[in-house]
Amino acid sequence: MPAVQETIERVKLIDVDQYKYGFETEIEMEKAPRGLSEETVRFISAKKNEPAWMLEWRLDAYRRWRTMREPDWARVDYPKIDYDDLYYYAAPKGFKEGPASLDDLDPAILETYKKLGIPLREVAMLEGIPGSNVAVDAVFDSVSVATTFKAELAKAGVIFMPISEAIREHPDLVRQYLGTVVPVTDNYFATLNSAVFSDGSFVYIPPGVRCPMELSTYFRINERNTGQFERTLIIADKGSYVSYLEGCTAPRRDENQLHAAVVELVTLDDAEIKYSTVQNWYPGDSEGKGGIYNFVTKRGDCRGKNSIITWTQVETGSAITWKYPSCILRGDGSRGEFYSIAISNGKQQVDSGTKMIHLGKNTTSKVISKGIAAGRSDNTYRGLISAHRRATGARNFTNCDSLLIGDQCGAHTVPYLESNNASAVFEHEATTSKISEDQMFYCQSRGLSDEEAVALIVNGFVKEVLQKLPMEFAVEAQKLIAISLEGSVG
Amino acid sequence: MAAQVSVIRTAAETGLSELFDRLKGGLPGDVAVREQALSGFRERGLPHRRVEEFKYFDLRALMREAAPPAGRPGPTELALAFNQASAFADVPAARLTFVNGHLAGELSEISALPAGIEAISLADALASGDPRLAELGAVATAATNPVYQLNTAFLRDGAVIRIPAGLAPAQPLALRFVNTGASAFSTASRVLVLVEEGASVTVLESHEGPDGIGYQPNGVVEFVVGDRAQVKHVRLNAEGSDALALSTLTVKLGAEASFDTLNTVTGSQSARHQVFLMFAGENSRAAVDGVTLLKGSQHADSTLVVDHAVPHCTSRETFKTILDGDAKGVFQGKIIVRPHAQKTDGGMKSDTLLLSDGASMNNKPELEIFADDVVCGHGATCGALDEDLLFYLRSRGLPAREAESLLLQAFVGPPLEALENDAVRDGLVARVEGWLANRA
Repeated sequence: MPAVQETIERVKLIDVDQYKYGFETEIEMEKAPRGLSEETVRFISAKKNEPAWMLEWRLDAYRRWRTMREPDWARVDYPKIDYDDLYYYAAPKGFKEGPASLDDLDPAILETYKKLGIPLREVAMLEGIPGSNVAVDAVFDSVSVATTFKAELAKAGVIFMPISEAIREHPDLVRQYLGTVVPVTDNYFATLNSAVFSDGSFVYIPPGVRCPMELSTYFRINERNTGQFERTLIIADKGSYVSYLEGCTAPRRDENQLHAAVVELVTLDDAEIKYSTVQNWYPGDSEGKGGIYNFVTKRGDCRGKNSIITWTQVETGSAITWKYPSCILRGDGSRGEFYSIAISNGKQQVDSGTKMIHLGKNTTSKVISKGIAAGRSDNTYRGLISAHRRATGARNFTNCDSLLIGDQCGAHTVPYLESNNASAVFEHEATTSKISEDQMFYCQSRGLSDEEAVALIVNGFVKEVLQKLPMEFAVEAQKLIAISLEGSVG
Repeated sequence: MAAQVSVIRTAAETGLSELFDRLKGGLPGDVAVREQALSGFRERGLPHRRVEEFKYFDLRALMREAAPPAGRPGPTELALAFNQASAFADVPAARLTFVNGHLAGELSEISALPAGIEAISLADALASGDPRLAELGAVATAATNPVYQLNTAFLRDGAVIRIPAGLAPAQPLALRFVNTGASAFSTASRVLVLVEEGASVTVLESHEGPDGIGYQPNGVVEFVVGDRAQVKHVRLNAEGSDALALSTLTVKLGAEASFDTLNTVTGSQSARHQVFLMFAGENSRAAVDGVTLLKGSQHADSTLVVDHAVPHCTSRETFKTILDGDAKGVFQGKIIVRPHAQKTDGGMKSDTLLLSDGASMNNKPELEIFADDVVCGHGATCGALDEDLLFYLRSRGLPAREAESLLLQAFVGPPLEALENDAVRDGLVARVEGWLANRA
């Protein structure tokens, strides 16, 4: 079975012990006092020069969070987190809020990003040169240290800036949309994030604008004992389009670090957002020591008619992943898509999947999930597809495949399908023979075997999305493309 | 400022607790076992929608009050029950009848069983401490199930049946559960079927009762199947229109054994059928099927856990559900493949047709896999009848209703057609046809 062998080899290549972003940057940091209290929240808010309404919003979230209980339904196991023993804010010392030029930036930070494959200075040099087309927001621990291509984006009317800046410069926009997709009280980690989020990206695409370049945020956790709580808000106004990429890495450490992010997407009529993630947080060593706890709430709201949200994720890192990028298909004719490749190795635990909530008429969704478990890891797909009473003509197609490599790992699927409408059509499958009879037939008539045909169709499909990732992600992602379906289980 | 959580008990929960305290002195067998089984309930109450396994079958909300247990039936009730029993009536079979959960032994059915088959009432077995009762509770995944535990706590009667090694009775063995009463009552019965090495038997199980009475049967059937034995089990839920029917089937399979079960549901207001099947010996196979036809405000839940604890076993699960009116369907299937259970082959499928806008279906086909050399798959579909197919049939001159019925029959066909016993198959097909005819 050469195809399986190839897959095994490729997964070995990205084994936890091979983690190449595990270096640490020695840089003097300024931190909030250890622990979590109203004072911490006030401290963060003050650091960001936030208006009063924002502070109130945070404090409200903090008070609610104190009454909530940590969820325990996911198939992950970790020692209890002492939330009062973490740092909730860490920024490079002397870092000033506001639009700093790259020259003001600590060279160590520039060097860090260069090592990660994101040469911020070169990117800055390329500004204005046609053909360079990725704008980057670099988030280092709790602050956004650089955002490139701002001027060119502004020409198109696109707002792309750290969210802390947006709160000051575009308070009305932020206020109108923040917390409307993931409410403050949504879940334990989202509420925690609402209280202490430090930075992240804010994107607004005005009506009818096709964003001239890919937008990207690169998250880096560097400091010890800190959690990263970033918040991203992307709004695509009527008829606009944007493709957004997110990448993450962290140093190799013996301790576990918390990453509790919230991402909110809003699409109005006929708008489209493509959100792609290559998540490569430090996964811990092969004995399960250290690594990032990735407890993330990501949700998109297709608020307008015929709007589209696509989530693409390549998950290879984190000690524990708890992540369900979802779509609320509210607008009639809207569409949600979720493509995921989740690979776990060593003692990683992944509990990930998606939710597609069909509320509007003729809404469609597609879920393609591939889990690969190796070593002593556990890989769970957990997904909900639901059609509400008024969601006539809703359609869903779900396919989740898992592959196990070695006999000490586990692969699980926990799909929920809730249909409250007779005209809604749901198909959920794990059998590889049913992707599309027509495509299969076509491939087979060209002499491909069943197996080859499936691989071609699914890989071609995944490739289409992966190829849109910027270079620095593409190298890593390319390793994952050729994953075979052979020997896979549903 | 941690909020003080005070546990509020529903009327049914308080009622069940009081009932147990009042009854426990008079129940057969070891009362400590019953107390132990009830401890989970005492602590947590009835399972509700926040309990994952009962997410779609909120027993706390469904059970309004604890119905008093039905007593041992008198001659009039027995006569009534026997007149009522119509399920599998045309199937030539050796029968054991349970009226309100009590084995109606005095009707000399036991002595009419084919030679070799032994049966005694469970109440007698409990009272005398029959050693065969050690075989009860053989499937670990069922042990902590709240419905199963309630049955253990309130257990009144049932039977212990032994099919000795190598025996292959020509006729099926029919277990008829007939309920009768003029006001709400509850039953708790359990049948243990020991199928010894190399034996081969077909077991029919039917449940019937009066319409319009909110009775609450809770029945358990446990199979312990020996090496190379073969069992075909066909179950029919034709309970009365207001029944809240809880049932559990547990199966422990030896090596090279074979087990087929089909559950057909047309009756009950709310029904939950749970199957816990465990492969304990290698090279065995099992098929767990279901056909559910619901209308009005009916609510039926099929929950199953297939536990591949050993290598080289095959399981197939096929569920077909048709929902009309405001009916609610639930399918929760779970295939567990334990570490080292290599070469497991598991396939689970749940298909649903929604015939009206009020109907709803919740599907949860789950896989839990800890071995790498396995083939497991699951599929679930949900949707309305295909317009194109209907159009095709109508263009051939079939009236709309007839065209629909034809397609619906074809939809539920596969698990029914797989039945080998002609009389059983015809009986069930006739029930499906009757259900479809009543829709019109």
